[in-house]
Amino acid sequence: MPDDIAARVDRLELPFDARGVDEFGVSKWHLTVAFRALAFLYRRYFHVRAEGLEHVPPRGRAMLVGNHSGGIALDAAMVIASCFLELDPPRLAQGMAEKFINRVPFVSTWTARCGHLTGLPEHAQRLLESERLLLIFPEGARGTAKLWKDRSSLVHFGTGFMRLALRTKSPIVPFAFLGGGDAIPTVGNLYKLGKLIGVPYLPVTPWLLPLPRPTRLSVVYGEPMRFEGSGDEEDATVEGYVDRVKARIADLMQRSPA
Amino acid sequence: MKVLIPGISGLLARNVARRLLAQGHEVIGIDPRGWPGAPEEIDLYPIDIRKRDAEEVFRQRRPEAVIHMATISALLADAEERYRINLGGTRAVFEHSANHGVRQILFIGRHTYYGAGPDAPLYHTESEPPQELGTYPELADLVAADLYAATALWRLPALQTAVLRVCYTLGPSGHGTLASFLRGRFVPMVLGFDPLFHFMHEDDAADAIVTALSAKVRGIYNLAGPQPLPLSVIADEAGRRALPLPETVLAMLVGHAGLPRLSRGALAHVKYPIVVDATPFRKETGFAHRFDELTTARSFADAFPARGRASLVPPH
Repeated sequence: MPDDIAARVDRLELPFDARGVDEFGVSKWHLTVAFRALAFLYRRYFHVRAEGLEHVPPRGRAMLVGNHSGGIALDAAMVIASCFLELDPPRLAQGMAEKFINRVPFVSTWTARCGHLTGLPEHAQRLLESERLLLIFPEGARGTAKLWKDRSSLVHFGTGFMRLALRTKSPIVPFAFLGGGDAIPTVGNLYKLGKLIGVPYLPVTPWLLPLPRPTRLSVVYGEPMRFEGSGDEEDATVEGYVDRVKARIADLMQRSPA
Repeated sequence: MKVLIPGISGLLARNVARRLLAQGHEVIGIDPRGWPGAPEEIDLYPIDIRKRDAEEVFRQRRPEAVIHMATISALLADAEERYRINLGGTRAVFEHSANHGVRQILFIGRHTYYGAGPDAPLYHTESEPPQELGTYPELADLVAADLYAATALWRLPALQTAVLRVCYTLGPSGHGTLASFLRGRFVPMVLGFDPLFHFMHEDDAADAIVTALSAKVRGIYNLAGPQPLPLSVIADEAGRRALPLPETVLAMLVGHAGLPRLSRGALAHVKYPIVVDATPFRKETGFAHRFDELTTARSFADAFPARGRASLVPPH
């Protein structure tokens, strides 16, 4: 495999020390290994098509906000890969990991070393204040649990991301991710079995395991949206802003070529 | 300024005392352990801070400032003794200070106050309560001492009080919790976990404490230097071999087979990070560290070399 990955990791504009570790524990070595795997999936397996990448700011704080698609975090992985593989200079989009992940050996370490901290408001705010690119799925775990028949819908959006955007004065880059529901067509979710092994649920596909098939995936980024405020506005006001972002994502999902 | 240091025999306290002397301050020390070879300008009282004799030192010598460094960690004493030293001693220091004209006091606490757990934020700020005491009850006396010291901020408004929560220190002396953990050839880790450890050079820590004194800070401050590092990288930089073991095996082995002594509850501290945000302290005092994290780890390795060199994370 041609190794442009290590070169791209070197070009990430993050404050790595001489051992290639930054203040959040993000590690160049771990990123290189992870992005080699992701690049294969992105380029060869899913043939991901990314549009509107010019809307992702080349540097400085920003929030990528989009829909969940697919029963596991395939959507997050491919959005992160698109920012790393297609932007020039590459950017590391940092996701907010589900809380259970931090308790799982190896997964915990790899998630953290690749920049995806536990989904806490403190982490999101600190990353934005450090001028990072934050990846947010306002649908939360309800979004990844969507069944195949609901794959093109959006479930309820939380308001936390909007208050965070207002408080940190961060632009929101809306995006639509399509195809994940076809790659991993969830026909049901096993919540009790999931709890037994320490995850929120286990998605079931027609071939039982949530292993993705090689369908084409696409991600479409929209123009950045900016909202003025302090983050302490009443719920009704914030929900109005959230609805505008949600409508914009729904619009991008319609426009998507996938 | 006349400065009294309870717990002056500890390595960090000695470094603070030497710096204060160099700056022309008068230094008095209280510590039953004594300090062989101490600079003769320092008046040493080898007594227990909780005994009547200690109050007499306050009464007669009338220090203007106190730097309270007479606390010990869970590795050094049993629970009863720790409570006597950490909580009883801290109470005595604050009472004597209030009663005998001390104007400024620094309580030197630890960043482990915050505890380690899977749901905690990576960077702790001073406004956070301690967490996970249930999994590491050995920390309770230090947490209680920290909180008790902080009550002086409202109980004793005339006393300029600062509580400093200092991250691990490391350096050529080989003293301190982290140095003890790294002392052997193998550094035990919980298989599948590699937490960030926050540490600073012991010289930087001493400088920061002296800076806090001269800046007359008031309030609660985290104290740290450079960025944290994953434990595996620290072990590698220190020339040690990381030894990842399943958690159940590690729990059985600590204290045996050449591994450092570690209470069972402390295993959370090698699974999850304790990292602090020290921005308010830096802004308030202008403190800047001199040693980065890699230089600090290597300074320990140079003084305490271990044979062989592991490389869990290859150098870049």
